[in-house]
Amino acid sequence: MKLRDLASTIRSKNAGVDLITFDILFPSQEAYERAKACPALSREGIARLFRIPEERIYSYVTFDPARAIKFTLRRRRPSGSAGEHDLFGAQQYAPLFDVEVT
Amino acid sequence: MTEIRLLTPTGHLGFTMLEAESFRRGMAQGPDFVVADSGSSDIGPHPLGADEQCSPVEWQTHDLEIMLLACRKQGVPMIIGSASDTGTDRGVDSYVQIIRDVARRHGLPPFRLACIYAQVSPDEVRRRLRAGARCEGLDGRPDLTEADLDRTDRIVAVMGAEPIVAALEAGADVIICGRSSDPAIFAAPLLWKGMDPATAYYAGKVLECASFCAEPFMGKESVLGTVRPGEVVVEPMHPDQRCTPLSVASHAMYERATPFFEHVPGGVLDMRHCRYEAVDERRCRVTGFAFRPETAPRVKLEGAGKRGERCLAIVGFRDPDTVARIDEVLDWARRKVEARFGREGYELHYHVYGRDGVMRDLEVADRLAHELCVIVEGVAPDRRTAAEITAMGARQMFYARLPGVKGTAGTAALMSDEVLHARPAYEWTVNHALSVQDPSELFRLHLTTVP
Repeated sequence: MKLRDLASTIRSKNAGVDLITFDILFPSQEAYERAKACPALSREGIARLFRIPEERIYSYVTFDPARAIKFTLRRRRPSGSAGEHDLFGAQQYAPLFDVEVT
Repeated sequence: MTEIRLLTPTGHLGFTMLEAESFRRGMAQGPDFVVADSGSSDIGPHPLGADEQCSPVEWQTHDLEIMLLACRKQGVPMIIGSASDTGTDRGVDSYVQIIRDVARRHGLPPFRLACIYAQVSPDEVRRRLRAGARCEGLDGRPDLTEADLDRTDRIVAVMGAEPIVAALEAGADVIICGRSSDPAIFAAPLLWKGMDPATAYYAGKVLECASFCAEPFMGKESVLGTVRPGEVVVEPMHPDQRCTPLSVASHAMYERATPFFEHVPGGVLDMRHCRYEAVDERRCRVTGFAFRPETAPRVKLEGAGKRGERCLAIVGFRDPDTVARIDEVLDWARRKVEARFGREGYELHYHVYGRDGVMRDLEVADRLAHELCVIVEGVAPDRRTAAEITAMGARQMFYARLPGVKGTAGTAALMSDEVLHARPAYEWTVNHALSVQDPSELFRLHLTTVP
C-alpha cells in the first residue's frame, strides 16, 4: 500500500530558518503501527528516499498522541537565501506519497 | 486565582485579516486578556534585513482596530507580539501610530500604552562578543563570530515574558511588543497573575496559532483558552470548528522539530507526558506538561544581511532534444557569464521548473516535463551588474551550441526579452542564543497615556 493511501496528512513546513520538518499523520492506530514498523519510513529509510546522508536528518521521532511520524531535515542554506526555492518549505513532502508501506 | 481566560484571534496579525465574527463571539465570553502575535521568521530574511513590513497597513489596521475597540470597551488588556511582521523598532512605532490613530478616530477614553523595543544593533552584539559573551549557534549553526556580524544589517532579540510582565505591572492596558517569543506573549499575563510557568508556557504554545489547533482547517478564527493551574482547556469560537485531542496534539508538532520540547526564553517546556482529553465535542483539556528553568539566561537573536541587488529572467524550452540536454544549455550560458565576470563576486542561480525547480537537492524524480521553465536569478553588488549578469545568463541560453540539435534559429523561448528587477537578496545571518545577565536587559520599555 502506498503511503498516500495510508496516511491522513503528509506535510512539510519550516521549523525555523535552517530546518524543514515533515509530519505524517495516520487515521487509525493500526495504520500508525504499520507505518512505524515499515523500514522505508525509518530514519535510514528516509535518508535513502531523499538520497541524503543521515547527518542531514536533524531529528526523527514518533508521536503517539497525534499518531504521527515526524522528521526534520537541515536546509542546504537558510530559507529565503538567493538560489533557494521554497521559502516556507511547504512543498518538500511529495516523494513520501509513493513510499510502499509493507 | 481560579481561572484565567485568554482569547486569541489570529496567529499572525495583519498577514491576512482576522475573522471578526468569531472574535466577537470570543469577546462575549468575557476573556481576561486578548493576545496575538504579529510576526514570523517564515516570511524570509528580506523584511527584517530591509526593515519593511510584508503585510498591508490596511490589514494591520483592520485587525488592531477590531481588537482595540473591543478591548477598551470591556476593559480587557491587549498584548501584541512581534509588531508588523519583523518586530523591529519600525514595527513597534508603526503599530503605536495605528493604535493612536484608531483611538483618536473613535474618541476612546484615555488608556495606558506600553511599547517594548527589541532591536539590537550589530555593534552592541559585537561589543558583547568582545567582552566574552557566548552567542551559541542554534539548529546546528556554529557560534556567532564578528565575521557573521560584518554581513548583518539588522538584529532583533526575541523577548521572553519578563518585559511584558513589567509592562502589566506598570499598569499597561495595551502592550505593543517588538520581536517576541510566541508562547511568551501568552505566558506573560498568566505569570503576572501568579500561574506556574509550566501551565503558562503550555497555554502559550497551544494558543499561539489561534484556530490552527482546531479542526477542520480554518485560518484567522478566534480560540479561547481557559487556564487553571496544571490544566489548559482550548475551545474554538467558530461554531464549525472543534478542538479534539488529536487536533490539539497535532498542533504541538506544527513548525517545530520536536513535539516534546519547546524552548522558550528562560527554560524548556516539556510536553512528553501531556495528556489530551475531550471535555466535550468541541473542547480539549491538556494536562501533564512540565517546565525546566534555564540556569544561565540566554536570549535568542535573529539577524539578516544584504547579499546584493537581485534580478530575475524567465526562459522556456520545448524542443525535446534541448530539454533532454538542459544542463548543457545552462553550462554554456554560465561559461559565458564567467568569461566576462569571473567566478566570484556575484551569484547566478538557475531554477529549472519541470525538472527540480521546487525541490532541487531533495528531488527524487528522474523525469523531465515536456517543457521546462528556467528562472534565472542574478545577484551582484549593484543593480547594473545584477541586471547584466541576469540578462547574459538568460540570453546566452538562446545561443547555446548543441551539436545535432535540429532547431538552429534559437535554442530557447524568451517569455519576453527583459530582466525583472527583484527585491535585493538578503540572508539569515544570525540564528543564535546570546548569554545575558538579565533576560530583560536587551529590551526597552516605554509607557505613555493615549490619547
